[in-house]
Amino acid sequence: MDEEVAAETRKDTEVAPALIAVHPDRHSAVVAVGPELRAFDLLTISAVSLLDDSVSGEQPSHKDNIRAIRFGAKGKLFVSAGDDKTLKIWSTQSWQCVSTVSSEKRVTAVAISNDGLHVCFADKFGLVWVVDLNQTSKDKKPTPTPLLSHYCSIITSLEFSPDNRFIISADRDFKIRVTNFPKNLLNGAHEIQSFCLGHTEFVSCLAFVPAQESPHSLLLSGSGDSTVRLWDISSGALLDTCEVAIKAGLLESNGNAEEHDHAVTDLCSTLDGLLVAVAIQSLRGIVLLSCDVSTKTLSFAKVVSIAGETFIPTCLANCSPTKELWMVTGVSSLPGYDYPSLARVLVISGIDVEEEPVVLEDDKIPGGEKLLETLQGTTSVDDNAFLAAAEAVKAAMCNLLIKKHYPFENREYRKKTRNDKKLKE
Amino acid sequence: MPDNKVNPTHSKSTGLPRKRFYRARAHSNPLSDSHFPVPLTPAHVDYSLHYPQADSSKKIKFADIGCGFGGLLISLSTLFPETLMIGMELRDKVSEYVKERILSLRVANPGQYQNISVVRTNSMKYIPNHFEKAQLSKMFFLFPDPHFKEKNHRRRVISPFLLDEYAYVLEVGGIIYTITDVEELGEWMKSCLENHPLFEPLTEKELEVDPAVKLLSSATEEGQKVARNDGQTFQAVFRRIARSDQSVVQDVKHVRFVTSDSFGSIYDYSILQS
Repeated sequence: MDEEVAAETRKDTEVAPALIAVHPDRHSAVVAVGPELRAFDLLTISAVSLLDDSVSGEQPSHKDNIRAIRFGAKGKLFVSAGDDKTLKIWSTQSWQCVSTVSSEKRVTAVAISNDGLHVCFADKFGLVWVVDLNQTSKDKKPTPTPLLSHYCSIITSLEFSPDNRFIISADRDFKIRVTNFPKNLLNGAHEIQSFCLGHTEFVSCLAFVPAQESPHSLLLSGSGDSTVRLWDISSGALLDTCEVAIKAGLLESNGNAEEHDHAVTDLCSTLDGLLVAVAIQSLRGIVLLSCDVSTKTLSFAKVVSIAGETFIPTCLANCSPTKELWMVTGVSSLPGYDYPSLARVLVISGIDVEEEPVVLEDDKIPGGEKLLETLQGTTSVDDNAFLAAAEAVKAAMCNLLIKKHYPFENREYRKKTRNDKKLKE
Repeated sequence: MPDNKVNPTHSKSTGLPRKRFYRARAHSNPLSDSHFPVPLTPAHVDYSLHYPQADSSKKIKFADIGCGFGGLLISLSTLFPETLMIGMELRDKVSEYVKERILSLRVANPGQYQNISVVRTNSMKYIPNHFEKAQLSKMFFLFPDPHFKEKNHRRRVISPFLLDEYAYVLEVGGIIYTITDVEELGEWMKSCLENHPLFEPLTEKELEVDPAVKLLSSATEEGQKVARNDGQTFQAVFRRIARSDQSVVQDVKHVRFVTSDSFGSIYDYSILQS
């Protein structure tokens, strides 16, 4: 009986945050909430209906929470994957599902190589798989090949280096692994270039600083330890650390009480790499950091607050051509509320060094109310529900990624009856 | 013993810890979440704590993964007195035993056993937290847990993906030693190493002259048990090699590996042939 209750609460806390992705040339925007994938065409200002031959009739393409979405190959492809153990590859021209890949385990992260030839995905067992898109055809179901493994850890983020030479994987054991992406995929990726170590909690997100002049790209990572760090991937050296929660005034520099309240949930860098937008679990808005590529440093720029409503972003998407930052908050399901899935989209314009960022009013958002209706499912916003949603997302993330910590005294106390300890007293 | 306080867990005659106070289960689950401290980076490993009398510029070169009761470490300590080595053990009580054993040996033999130490850790998860890239010259995997069921093969300490991490911490030319009394596991470890592009087997002649090979079956408690029962052992000893597109230059006295990494820097490894 008790076990049943426990299992039920676990199911309740297993909610997924809402996700957003914007086409690199701003042709379209996609929001994923729970199993639903909602796409909007920004060129024709109309909702997109997704075409998926692998499911019949009105069935949704995904049967469980979507955990990862992204555009790739200069906007030609879009991938979605999640708890239903399937990865869908879509053509953004027709919004037709071109390929459905089955995974053995739930998928936690996806990445598309910059040449558009490979899709990588990570599962809940810590394995990274690769799908060769050259070998996929409509009638043959592609089989993924295992590439590398983080031993028994949940991989939280996957990223290809801009030059396609490395695949970067981050996990909940504070690690970032940089692996040479092999020429022959069938043999796996055995050559580790470096480990980026220094985070003191789970690593939640990765992003590259796309620096044209520098030969080595710089990697950014956000973590449950409330910091954003800058790395040199060739050596794994930590170049700089920005304690974003302290800088944003959320946390005293000496206080570590309730430290998991200010986990960094997402980050993205703008095209020139000068500004980095950071979402923090407790912040109603975003933090902007400036990144100096020549001195390889990160510094706090400003907090962009969102007034008038409870908006703690769960996912960020950069839209470089228009210097916009697209944000979503929401949750797959909310116990106690009538909403099956909850999402709210906001756009900040003027993400630039010289300009002042502005949070756009609903009617100023590209696509206007039509877009909001498509991506949010509704235009009305219930503030209390979003407050509860933010709490649910935070609790789910803690349950998934943070290990129980027992203080040293407790650990020693439990050993007190052991023969070797008892007799030494 | 120098101090008058008699430690009841230690033998009165030898001063060494007695095993009966450190009884532990034979196996430990490597998949469970761990609750012991892990160094944040290899630079955070406190050498002064492990090797109080050693030269502070030295780095650990040998790692005994799953060191058990520490028999191999103690034999290696006198065989390579100038080399720092560490044993890694997941079971808390067993690692406590090895710690006490080393401390007692240091007291009983002043100046000796200063180059060995032990740490409680899950080496399947935290190898990169303990060692830098190409830091180690030898890694030992002696009588690891066989995990017979196919479902549990991913718990084996030698597996295709974990070898990537071992290859990362081993220098080019570094050697990985494995031995087991379970034929099936012996075959498994050998085939994992054979199929890995960064390892090659040692030749018969090289095995003969390597002093560490002789210790594989004789030095550990587990090995002695197998020998007592006239059991068979299966060993696989492989060398970490550079990627195949890198050249190997060999002269008479030295084996020299000149490699370039993908960033164009040239590395030159010279290893004295014994």
